[in-house]
Amino acid sequence: MKIWMAMAAALALSVSTGAVQAQEKLKACFVYVGPVGDFGYSYQHDLGRKAVEKELGDKVETVYLENVAEGPDAERAIERLAREGCKIIFTTSFGFMDPTIKVAAKYPDIKFEHATGYKKADNVAIYNARFYEGRYVMGQIAAKMSKAGLAGYIVSFPIPEVVMGINAFMLGAQSVNPDFKVKIIWVNSWYDPGKEADAAKVLFGQGADIMVQHTDSTAPLQIAEEQGKLGFGQSSDMIKFAPKAQLTSNTDDWDPYYIARVKAVLDGTWKSEDTWGGMKDGMVVLSPFTNMPDDVKKMAEDTVAKIKSGEFHPFTGVITKQDGTTVGEAGKVLPDSELLGMNYYIKGVDDKLPQ
Amino acid sequence: MNDQLLSIILTIITASTPLLLASIGELVVERSGVLNLGVEGMMAVGAVCGFGAALTTGSPLIGILAAIAAGVLLSLLFGFLTLTMISNQVATGLALTLLGLGLAGLIGESFVGQPGVKLQNLDIPVLSAIPFIGPILFGQDLLVYVSLAIVAGVSYVLFRTKTGLIIRAVGDSHQSAHALGYSVIGVRYLAVMFGGGCAGLAGGYLSLAYTPQWVENMTSGRGWIALALVVFASWLPWRLAIGAYLFGTITILGFSLQAIGIGIPSQLLSSLPYIVTILALVVISGNRALTRANTPACLGQPFVPDR
Repeated sequence: MKIWMAMAAALALSVSTGAVQAQEKLKACFVYVGPVGDFGYSYQHDLGRKAVEKELGDKVETVYLENVAEGPDAERAIERLAREGCKIIFTTSFGFMDPTIKVAAKYPDIKFEHATGYKKADNVAIYNARFYEGRYVMGQIAAKMSKAGLAGYIVSFPIPEVVMGINAFMLGAQSVNPDFKVKIIWVNSWYDPGKEADAAKVLFGQGADIMVQHTDSTAPLQIAEEQGKLGFGQSSDMIKFAPKAQLTSNTDDWDPYYIARVKAVLDGTWKSEDTWGGMKDGMVVLSPFTNMPDDVKKMAEDTVAKIKSGEFHPFTGVITKQDGTTVGEAGKVLPDSELLGMNYYIKGVDDKLPQ
Repeated sequence: MNDQLLSIILTIITASTPLLLASIGELVVERSGVLNLGVEGMMAVGAVCGFGAALTTGSPLIGILAAIAAGVLLSLLFGFLTLTMISNQVATGLALTLLGLGLAGLIGESFVGQPGVKLQNLDIPVLSAIPFIGPILFGQDLLVYVSLAIVAGVSYVLFRTKTGLIIRAVGDSHQSAHALGYSVIGVRYLAVMFGGGCAGLAGGYLSLAYTPQWVENMTSGRGWIALALVVFASWLPWRLAIGAYLFGTITILGFSLQAIGIGIPSQLLSSLPYIVTILALVVISGNRALTRANTPACLGQPFVPDR
C-alpha cells in the first residue's frame, strides 16, 4: 500500500489548473479529497467553483487540486497553492484541518476556508453544512418504507460528522418506529465503489431493505436498484443511477457560499467566520422525494418545512446515549459545540463506535 | 442462514474476480522477465473504455472487447519504451500508472454521472435453479468463468507446453533463450500485451459488472494488490487464484462480521485481508527451493541483444 500512497501523492501534485490568465485577477483555489469526477462530494464542491467562475467572470481565476490525500500530503499541496499566488484557498475535507491551520500561520495575508472542521484562525474561516438535517428526514422516510424495520448504513470514518449523521438518521427513524434497527459497516474509505458495493451486498444479505450511505460513490444505490431494494443518495442527486430505488438524496449546494466568500475577498470585507448552514440557507437540499407513497412524502415535506422554519431541531433534548446516560435538557436544542464533537451513539444503534 | 451464506459467497466471487484477472496477466508478464508496475493505469483505462463502448453501443460484450483492446494498446506503449527503447521498467511502469489514471479521467469526463450497461449474469436454465450451488456454479457473470479459464489456461500453457517453456526460458535466462534462437523481445512483447489485455479486462469488470458506472479512481488500488499477489503467490497460477479469492473472502467476511456487530474494530477488519493473504501465501511458499525455482531470474532486467 505504500507505493499506492506515494502514487496518490504524486497524482495529487499533478495540478489541474484553469487557463493561465492575467495577474490582477483574484486567484481562488480549491483542494479536494476525491476526484472531481466522483459524482459525489468533491463533484459538488467543484460545481461551487464553477459557479464562482460564472458569477464573478473575469474578476477571478480558479485553480483546483483533486485527489489530495488527507494528512501530510495535504500540507504540501496547500502550501504549493499558497506559494502560487492564491488569495483564498478552500480546503474541503475534514482531514485537511491541521494542514490548513499550519500553512495559514505561515501565510497571514492569504485567506483560508476549511470545510467540516472546527479549528479557526484570524485568516482561517470554517464552514460546514448541517447534513444531519437531511439525515433526520431520511430516517423518518426509512422507518416508513422499510418492511424489515432494518436499514443498512455504509460509513467512511468515525468522525463527529458521520456519527452525527447516524444519530440523526436513527432519531428520525425512531420518531416513526421506536424499534427501528440499523446495521453499520465502516469501509474506512470515502470513496471506493467496489468496497461500497460489497458492503451494500452484505447488508442486504443480512436482511436490510433500505440502504443509507455516508461514502461518496453511487455504487450502494446501484446495488439497491439491482436487488429491487431502496436507498438514499449522497452529496449529489443520484436518481439516474437508481430511478426505482432512490427515495431522496442529501445534496450539498456550496454555490452561494463560495460566491459570497470570494466576493468578500474582492470587496475587502472578508472576515474569519464560522458558517454552519442548513436547509434554511439552501446549503443542504433534499432532492425530490421519489418512489414513496404520498403520505410518506407529505410527512417528509412537513419535517423539512419545520426544520427550515426553525420550529424543529433533530437534536432536541433529552437524548439518551447508547450506554443509557442522557445529554441535553428537555426541550432544549443541543449547542453546536456539542454536535461538532459528537463521539457517541444514541440508544438503539446496535454497533460499537470505533475509537 | 443459507441465504446469508449464499449472498456472502456470491459477493466474494465478484470481489475476487477483478484481482484475479489483473494478477494472472501480470504473472505471465513477469514470467517472461518483465516487471510492469502499470497494472493500475491499464485497469483504469480498460474500465473507462469498456464503460464508454458499452454505453455508446449498448452492448456489454463490445464493452469487454474495448476494455481488452485499451489495455493492450497501453501495454504496447510500455513494451515499446522498455523493450525497444530499453527504458527502466520500474520507472516506466510507475509512469504508465500515472498516465493511465490521468488518461482515464480525461476520456471519462463526459461519462461521469451516467448509469452504465451491466453485464448480466448467465442464468443457465435448470442448473442455476438448483438450490444454493446453482447460483454459485451456474449463475455468475461471464467474466467469472473467463477468469478461471484463464488461470487454467495459463497454468497449462506455462507448465505443460513448449510455448510455456519458451516464456519461462526467456524470463529465467534471456541470454540463453536468445542463443537458442528464440526472439526474446518478441516473446516479451506478446507477454506484455497479454498482461495489458488482462488488466484492461479487469478494469472492464469493474465498470461493467462489479459497479456498472464510471468514476475516476474507481480502481482504488486494486492494480497494486494484484501486483503484490503475483509475488506472494511465487508466480504460480493456482496459488494466485487462492490468494485472490482469499483476499476477497477476508474483505467480505470483515464486512459481514461488522454488520453482525461482534465489536471487532473496523480498522483491524479492513487491514485483515492484507495481513491474512500475505501470511497465508508466505506459509504456502515456505518451500524456499520451490520459490526460488519459480522466481523469474531475469525479472526486471533489460535485454539488449548483442550484435
